[in-house]
Amino acid sequence: MDLFKFFGRSNEKSKNLAKERLKLVLIHDRSDLSPKFLEMIKGDMIRVVKEYAEIDHEGLDIRLTRMKRESDGVPISALVANIPITKVKSHK
Amino acid sequence: MGKAIVITSGKGGVGKTTTTANIGTGLAMLGYKTVVVDTDIGLRNLDVVMGLENRIVYDIVDVVEKTCRLKQGLIRDKRHEGLYLLAAAQTKDKTAVKPEQMVELIDELKKEFEYIIIDSPAGIEQGFQNSIAGADEAYIVTTPEISAVRDADRVIGLLEAKGLSNPKLIINRIRQDMVKKGDMMNVDDIIDILAIELLGVIPDDEAIVISTNKGEPVVTEENPLSAKAFRNICRRITGEKVEWLNLENGESKFSKLIKLLFSK
Repeated sequence: MDLFKFFGRSNEKSKNLAKERLKLVLIHDRSDLSPKFLEMIKGDMIRVVKEYAEIDHEGLDIRLTRMKRESDGVPISALVANIPITKVKSHK
Repeated sequence: MGKAIVITSGKGGVGKTTTTANIGTGLAMLGYKTVVVDTDIGLRNLDVVMGLENRIVYDIVDVVEKTCRLKQGLIRDKRHEGLYLLAAAQTKDKTAVKPEQMVELIDELKKEFEYIIIDSPAGIEQGFQNSIAGADEAYIVTTPEISAVRDADRVIGLLEAKGLSNPKLIINRIRQDMVKKGDMMNVDDIIDILAIELLGVIPDDEAIVISTNKGEPVVTEENPLSAKAFRNICRRITGEKVEWLNLENGESKFSKLIKLLFSK
């Protein structure tokens, strides 16, 4: 009996590893945005949101990804921003 | 007017030349007048895979430089009616042909042939640019490896930028035993990532190695699973709707047992 398989290593199928690694590397390959440029966008987005709300910096996630366009299913690059808001500032 | 199709991949060694040879031969076997064109200048190989290496007099550079007439440059495959090869130059440099010259050449070929299958060199430099210059459609060959799929993705982007949108995918060297164990990305995994239309799947098959040794594309053989896969691809190219080949049922357990018993 293969003990490694028995003790759960088998659920980490190597093809899933390949797929995950591939997906990550492709996000960067597919964008013409340099990491520096992305950092600049991030900084600006955070600054704008902060004017209206307090945000959770720990949970912040802004990155490039690839998704299918809803209207026709054509794959497109998208900038996805997940900015958790802890408290909305009161309107003046 | 014929249709020009470029076979490309980005990464080397995934089976572009073998695929070109088999699709070209398969289309000729279906009765279509077909020419296979090797654009890998300096590293020509389509001639040996087709088994026509001893018949080359002129090559693609001679044709575009008009050292010879187009008809003189075409090598007729005597084994298959309507099948021709235009070989790459072996001694010249990749810059010997320009994209404009390729467009002109392919346009000429489209007057004579129903299908023009263009074998692209590995890489994304000028040789690649030349190979796609005159093409109407592009087929991407990949294997189920991270590196090949990554390069395929890059090439898809480059093709779209050049106006060759909607390329089709050929997945080569799938090993069903490894896919089953979860140790190889399967067809769905790859389609999911590349998000392009699938044209066909070729199993990893010893028969291809053997047929390449002989200089006779595997598609001409009756039984190998890879030959059936290539024939299906050819029929799909001509517009026929063909069911997906079951890559596991190439050989039943019973016939494997018989083989095992008699091979001793």
